[in-house]
Amino acid sequence: MKDLALRALDAVARRGATYADIRAVDSRERAFSTKNGKIGHLSIAESQGIGIRVLADGCWGFAATDRLTPAGIEAAAALALRIARAGTLARTHEVALAPEEKYQAVWTSPMQVDPFTVPVDRCLAVLMAVDQELRHNPGVSLAEASMQFEKRRQVFVSTLGSVIDQTRCLSGAGFSALSYHDGEIQKRSFPNSFGGQFQLKGYELVDELRLVENAPRIAEEAVALHSAAQCPEGESDLILDSTQLGLQIHESIGHPIELDRVLGSEANYAGMSFLTLDQLNHLRYGSDIVNVVCDARQQHGPGLGTFAFDDEGVPAQGNDIIRHGRFVGYMTSRETAAAVGAARSNGCMRADGWARLPLIRMTNVSLEPGEQTLEEVFDVDRAIYMETNRSWSIDDKRYNFQFGCEIAWEIRHGKRTRMLKNPSYSGISTEFWNACAAIAGREHWTLWGVPNCGKGQPEQVIGTGHGASPARFRKIKVGSAYVA
Amino acid sequence: MPDDLFQQVLDAARALGVTGIEAIVSEETQALTRFANDAIHQNVCEQSTQLSVRPVIDGRTARATTNRLDGDGIRRVVAEAIAITRLTERDADLPPLAEPSEIEDVPRYFDSTARATPEDRAQAVAEAIHAVSSEGQTAAGIYSTGESRFALYNSRGVAASYRETMARFSITAMAGDSSGWAKASACDRRALDPVALARSAARKADGSRHPRELPAGRYTVILEPAAVLDLVGQMFMDFSGTALADGRSFLKDRVGRKLFGENITIHDDARHPLQSGAAFDAEGVPRRRLTLVDAGVVREIAWCRQAAALAGVPATGHGFPLPNEIGEAPMNIVIAGGDTSVEEMVAATSRGVLVTRLWYIREVDPYEKIFTGMTRDGTFLVEDGKVSAGVRNFRFNVGLLEMLSNVEALSRAVRASGEETFDMVAPAMKVRGFNFTEVTRF
Repeated sequence: MKDLALRALDAVARRGATYADIRAVDSRERAFSTKNGKIGHLSIAESQGIGIRVLADGCWGFAATDRLTPAGIEAAAALALRIARAGTLARTHEVALAPEEKYQAVWTSPMQVDPFTVPVDRCLAVLMAVDQELRHNPGVSLAEASMQFEKRRQVFVSTLGSVIDQTRCLSGAGFSALSYHDGEIQKRSFPNSFGGQFQLKGYELVDELRLVENAPRIAEEAVALHSAAQCPEGESDLILDSTQLGLQIHESIGHPIELDRVLGSEANYAGMSFLTLDQLNHLRYGSDIVNVVCDARQQHGPGLGTFAFDDEGVPAQGNDIIRHGRFVGYMTSRETAAAVGAARSNGCMRADGWARLPLIRMTNVSLEPGEQTLEEVFDVDRAIYMETNRSWSIDDKRYNFQFGCEIAWEIRHGKRTRMLKNPSYSGISTEFWNACAAIAGREHWTLWGVPNCGKGQPEQVIGTGHGASPARFRKIKVGSAYVA
Repeated sequence: MPDDLFQQVLDAARALGVTGIEAIVSEETQALTRFANDAIHQNVCEQSTQLSVRPVIDGRTARATTNRLDGDGIRRVVAEAIAITRLTERDADLPPLAEPSEIEDVPRYFDSTARATPEDRAQAVAEAIHAVSSEGQTAAGIYSTGESRFALYNSRGVAASYRETMARFSITAMAGDSSGWAKASACDRRALDPVALARSAARKADGSRHPRELPAGRYTVILEPAAVLDLVGQMFMDFSGTALADGRSFLKDRVGRKLFGENITIHDDARHPLQSGAAFDAEGVPRRRLTLVDAGVVREIAWCRQAAALAGVPATGHGFPLPNEIGEAPMNIVIAGGDTSVEEMVAATSRGVLVTRLWYIREVDPYEKIFTGMTRDGTFLVEDGKVSAGVRNFRFNVGLLEMLSNVEALSRAVRASGEETFDMVAPAMKVRGFNFTEVTRF
């Protein structure tokens, strides 16, 4: 791998690249799923390739290939340079990069049990046990359970002289129960929707999630939703569990603070941001109790956004994004750091594989735990408490959002009362965060993994981490999705 | 890629005592020139080849994939696929490998696209940027060209292959407090006119300057084809026999019923001249033309071989690679159009909203098929038969059953390309009672 990368680096240097970095990637994946007592999906995959990023004549070029012969690498190197030089036909300025040190490093993400050593039939047995528990409830029409594992080794080399060898292992597992009854479909998922929980861990994550133990409750809730009252429409205090709050953070904080988006790079696809450069250190993004960080370091936790170095060779960092409600930080790269007066990138460039070039992506963007107990968060005369995302949508500048959840309960005088179905809520990002009234403490904080964040053209799908504790928000518009 | 690739797969399988095996080979070269702030800022090309093998052993199957195509790589992927297949449980409903069928060739490969160079793309981008910047606006977008090949072989003699080229051009023009957008795709890049698309986007940006804020509410809307595609296109995964059996399709207990207006007719047709993609599915079964909706009545749905056998109906050739949870879906949608142009729809509208595109569309209710999303990049007030002003973008919450029962007019259907679903052939639609529930800040 290192030899491949260095061969490619030599090839572009010989051709006059003013800067180049190469990522040679070797990845393996396993994916299993069950559906109503049968195997749904059972696959393993491996992929090896090289991504060559160059600067020439002030423009970027990128070529990726899995033809890893000497001739294949030379051809890709030549193509990368040709692509870069073609960019001069529509160039307004020359790309300049913030300085960075060179690094020699080897890093492997920590894990206890290598998931690729766990027998396949043991994985399937766990999923089948979950499936059985779900289908004990006759109201469950579709039981689905899944596990996914990925191990990716990347060797990064650059014309700065860096050689960085990182191996990351991700695991994910979860299940859902779908119930069809009398013209209505309801669904409950555990421990989170869209495949469950994902972290930078080994197979130990699966055991920690206690999937089988939680299956009966989830099945009961899926069926009970049919007879629950419809979530009312109106204004209400809103309490979100940490699964939903993680996605709220992702959509209404994580994406707006991507500096490349602010500068217009994503205007044609993922959109721009309501944030502007002059709002840094000035905007009241949230209430005084809202503190948000972007932290890729191991000490933050085993998140999908945890690594040792980003994909342009910058060490992982932890940075404040919102401090006591004030907006204080963007996510940057070597190319964009200067736009906010920073001398250095804060290490947020990530690519979803060898075939795509790095973009500014969320690492772990997390709401820091608060000071309230869970009881204090729920201590309100009247509120609606929502769990687990079902739908999510936000405008292309990240102002107006609408989320739907799988289940909710009415809260009266601090206690759960009736179950509510089809809950939804909407708002404007900064108004929502300024309405944050209580955040539960560290003991209720979970670092969730969102495995399917999309950005870029061609599109890249990457995993991001979001830590959150349950929190309460004042006077939020609820029931908005079912306005007649 | 070795010429005798499948023979190597067969040999490797037989060496391990397995005679039933299927292989899918996917090969692609895709290049994309991306621009923003009137300059090319990301410029890429990727080249990859992948071999995916699936043994069938006594009612068991699994899949292993690699891009290492030397002899060792082929032998290893076959061995791994066989090893995990032997660990699974037997599925009495698993069909045997498909038998060979006659598959019609659909010529969608154009040298003009396959041989497009970085300079070709950059030059076209430069001209498109100029068309926008000369109006005092800022341009962002992409121009992509590429070729792909998909081949499926199995030990029963299936040897189906397909290749195509695809070009896409998309541009957003930004003018201070407004924007406009245009996009097109074609197998032959000579069918694309980037400068014309750029001018269209610039006109929309200019026409929607200083947008007014309208109140939320129900409006008559005119949805351009890309907006129709991205919203209506969300429902087609439910036209699936497996989804019906699983109880997750909105068509459960509704097939054969009139769900939409009489002016709604939808086919799945892989051979339509404006379509793309292979004329066979991921088991090598030819894709049959389906009448999904006929004058508002749901008529046919897609069936993979396994779901079809369980239901006692013929397979339709829409299966996804096995093993999978979702079965099948129609992927070559053709929504029948009418003969009312967008200009004629506008002229016949006393008060309404003209929508260029829709964005971030997500399902709110799976059985009522309610979707939410936003308008974007060119949203206009129509008053007394004229486009009178730009308006701030709306959030919608719309049920597709209701929406497609309220279509008042359809334009000619065109090949439409959006961002929320795969390309389809779709018309513009004029719809009454479209539910805009909120307004955003721009």
